[in-house]
Amino acid sequence: MAQVMLKDLNKKYDEVHAVKDVNLHIRDKEFVVLVGPSGCGKSTTLRMVAGLEEITGGEIHIGDRMVNDLPPKDRDIAMVFQNYALYPHMTVYDNMAFGLKMRKFPKNEIEQRVRDAAQLLGIQELLKRKPRQLSGGQRQRVAVGRAIVRHPQVFLFDEPLSNLDAKLRVQMRVELKRLHDRLETTAIYVTHDQVEAMTLGDRVVVMKDGWIQQVGEPMELYSRPANKFVAGFIGSPAMNFVDVTINDAGGSITAETQGLRLTVPPAKAATLRAYKGQGVTLGVRPEDVHVATAADPAPYSFDTTVDVVEPLGSEILLDVRAGSATLVARVEPTVRVKVHESVRLAVNADRLHFFDVKNEHAI
Amino acid sequence: MIIERRWKKWVYFYIPMTVFVIGTLFPFYWMFITAIRPDAELYRSWRAANNAPFWTFHPTLEHVRDLLEKTSFPYWIWNTFFIAVVSTMVSLFCGLLAGYALARLKFPMAGTLGTSIFVTYLVPPTLLFIPLADIIRSFQLGDTPWALILTYPTFLIPFCTWLLLGYFKTIAKELEECARIDGATRFGAMIRIIFPIAVPGILSAGIFAFTLSWNEFIYALVFLSSPEKKTVPVGVVSELIRGDIYFWGQLMAGALLGSVPVALVYSFFVEYSVTGLTGSVKG
Amino acid sequence: MKKPIAGGSATRVEVAVARPQASSRPQRPGLLENERVLAGVLLTPTVVLLGMFIAYPFVMGVWLALSSTSVGNPGQFVGLKNFVKAWNDSIFRTAFWNTCWYTGWATIFKLSLGMWLAILLNRNFRGKRLVRASMLLPFIIPTVLSTFAWRWMFDPTFSVLNWLLYRGGFIVNKLPFLSDGTYGLWCAIAVNTWRGMPFFAISLLAGLQTINPDLHEAASLDGANAWHRFWHVTWPLLKPVTLVVVVFSIIQTFSDFQLIYVLTGGGPANSTHLIATYAYQIGVATGLLGEGAAISLFMLPVLFVVVWLQLRYLRRLEGA
Repeated sequence: MAQVMLKDLNKKYDEVHAVKDVNLHIRDKEFVVLVGPSGCGKSTTLRMVAGLEEITGGEIHIGDRMVNDLPPKDRDIAMVFQNYALYPHMTVYDNMAFGLKMRKFPKNEIEQRVRDAAQLLGIQELLKRKPRQLSGGQRQRVAVGRAIVRHPQVFLFDEPLSNLDAKLRVQMRVELKRLHDRLETTAIYVTHDQVEAMTLGDRVVVMKDGWIQQVGEPMELYSRPANKFVAGFIGSPAMNFVDVTINDAGGSITAETQGLRLTVPPAKAATLRAYKGQGVTLGVRPEDVHVATAADPAPYSFDTTVDVVEPLGSEILLDVRAGSATLVARVEPTVRVKVHESVRLAVNADRLHFFDVKNEHAI
Repeated sequence: MIIERRWKKWVYFYIPMTVFVIGTLFPFYWMFITAIRPDAELYRSWRAANNAPFWTFHPTLEHVRDLLEKTSFPYWIWNTFFIAVVSTMVSLFCGLLAGYALARLKFPMAGTLGTSIFVTYLVPPTLLFIPLADIIRSFQLGDTPWALILTYPTFLIPFCTWLLLGYFKTIAKELEECARIDGATRFGAMIRIIFPIAVPGILSAGIFAFTLSWNEFIYALVFLSSPEKKTVPVGVVSELIRGDIYFWGQLMAGALLGSVPVALVYSFFVEYSVTGLTGSVKG
Repeated sequence: MKKPIAGGSATRVEVAVARPQASSRPQRPGLLENERVLAGVLLTPTVVLLGMFIAYPFVMGVWLALSSTSVGNPGQFVGLKNFVKAWNDSIFRTAFWNTCWYTGWATIFKLSLGMWLAILLNRNFRGKRLVRASMLLPFIIPTVLSTFAWRWMFDPTFSVLNWLLYRGGFIVNKLPFLSDGTYGLWCAIAVNTWRGMPFFAISLLAGLQTINPDLHEAASLDGANAWHRFWHVTWPLLKPVTLVVVVFSIIQTFSDFQLIYVLTGGGPANSTHLIATYAYQIGVATGLLGEGAAISLFMLPVLFVVVWLQLRYLRRLEGA
């Protein structure tokens, strides 16, 4: 059990600067997820923590040790790989025992630990098999088992679920979460899937192009994204972005584009006044758009034409057009609309997001 | 499936296939039949009324006995075997380490080194045997098995290195990364994880190295001179022909017996060797 | 220092034993953990052996070729004299053209027959594995030994091939298989083809097996006959494998020694020498090391071109 500190961490390959000035303090027992599109530097960061990549600049501390120059074997970590990396020539038992054998644990303790871990994961029956005789889900469990028998200070996960089919992935996600609650070991988890990130992480680190974009608890990222990238990355379907112009219409501030005009809620009005006459990006999540009723105030409602209707059962996604802007709305399954019909929609005023056009920071 | 008529199958498949099989195997059959045929039958004029040129009704082991008792053939077999085994081991050892380094480790000049090892693979022994003979002489290794044990690796190592390099590249990198996190050193991960997984590749490299050294001729011809120190191919060529006279029965018996060990090794691992061979071509 | 394993672990294993020393002592990373050091260590045996027995002899061969060394005579620098002498030697010229002729035809035969055999072997039939395995025998068996079988089959007095042709009514008089230079060279080409074809066949077969049969079915639905299917589907996909095998075979054939050495010994009257056998005759049998080395160096330009083409091709593959 230990905290992990990354200080000004940098990684440069010959031509690529893969990780840029990453600073991160992962607390003891915390489950932190690194998420971002491929090539954002999340895996490289993880591999530097593991000791599999050399560090170009900065420091990594695990517990109270600086581990920059320690080989992976001396860092007291365990890692689960995307392809599971089970040793094909060893049985499941030997796979799980390998790390303990390398550390010269006595035989009976190895046996005890492997049995306990196998029981925890429900793979007691598989101990004598070879990896190639296992299904994808079973391999996944063995890989996790191999990591937990070691009682390491930190677990590292590198996209461990992405080789599983969708159903199994959801199931394993829940199990991983339960496991972490029981083991209470610090964990760093890399994924490109924002749903996994949100559901698993105590805190989520969003990365892009080697930079950390935002660090925060899942709901914090969702409701207060630091910039346009995070706003678009977190949440599904993705947030709608509309380029609008800020106008001062006699006391109230409005955000306008052709065919759409919304009043800026009072909480944001003060800051947005500075952008008067300029363009900003308006962000609104599909779930914050609904079919307008009489209760909705006029400044937050607008007329649209329906382009596509996607009924999902529990909800309906409407692709609509308001003037030149296109939006996705997530509406109640009871709503009855047809393609090409007009429908009046409304937004939740206090859930509107505004982003600077130039630096894309949230306003 | 593409369906075809029966006669077409005969014309396009069975007949050519039969011709190929007979053409490929006939020399071996001829070797065998000559080896067990008495001399009186062997040296009969080609126009004579020889009722059964493809068979003999008087099989004899006389040639084999002569070969084993009156010549140094048993020594040759042992020499060839010893030299082939030791040089195969040396080459596998070097090839494993070098192949691993080239497949997995990042270091300056990796590409250049890999290419130059590949190029040495393409430098034929016939280009080097004259200066090598001089070097062997100055090391005072002439007429000893060590002359061959040290020189055979020159064409075996590049071969093994490239075959194994290809094999290592098919093994997921994560396996050894995981082993290193599990507590192994780089070297330990290589020995305990990667090499055991590469056993099929190592076997096929070993088989081919063994057959290549068993078959080698020119170095053995040039570096060895005493009759009882020779290898099978050289011994058969230089000792079974006395003056101008070819003792065909003995020669064929020698050729047959000299081929048996490689044929055995090959047949035991035929699947490995075929995959290894084709793999090395594709790689 | 390590903290003890917390009781909070799910398995609640109380660790009675102390953690092994190895992991509790802060270690200096071993030297072999450094990638470069490890690579250096791993490559040393190979580099030393290859350097000593390939690079050094190669350099020495060049020096020998430029000197008048012979057995028992250290010799001195004579410039390009040996090369000039070889080029003006009619036997050498014959040997050089023989080598090209031999390599060219043998490669053509090996490729076409090997391709044919590969296509035949690519079908499903009973005993396929056995046939495939036995087809490789000529490639596995020591060349010298199998060439002796051929020499016996070509024997001037007792040739079974002459017997067959005579009984079949094709000939009246014996064919002078090895006692005529032209016949001799063609015989050598035949034996080389016999020996090398299986390697072509098995390699090309491996290439064929990677081709998706759907492609053939799609092509035949498009109305392509067998020849068209081969030419437009199979061949383009086989080209990379073919190139590698052909290059490999050219090098082997161009530098061939043992087959001619056993079959004709370069005779009759030095008419079937290859570069390698002639270099042996001059350099080892006669003892003129300098001249022999020069003769074998004549192989270098051809091999160089072939290797260069191969490397360029490999680069292109890697780049793609």
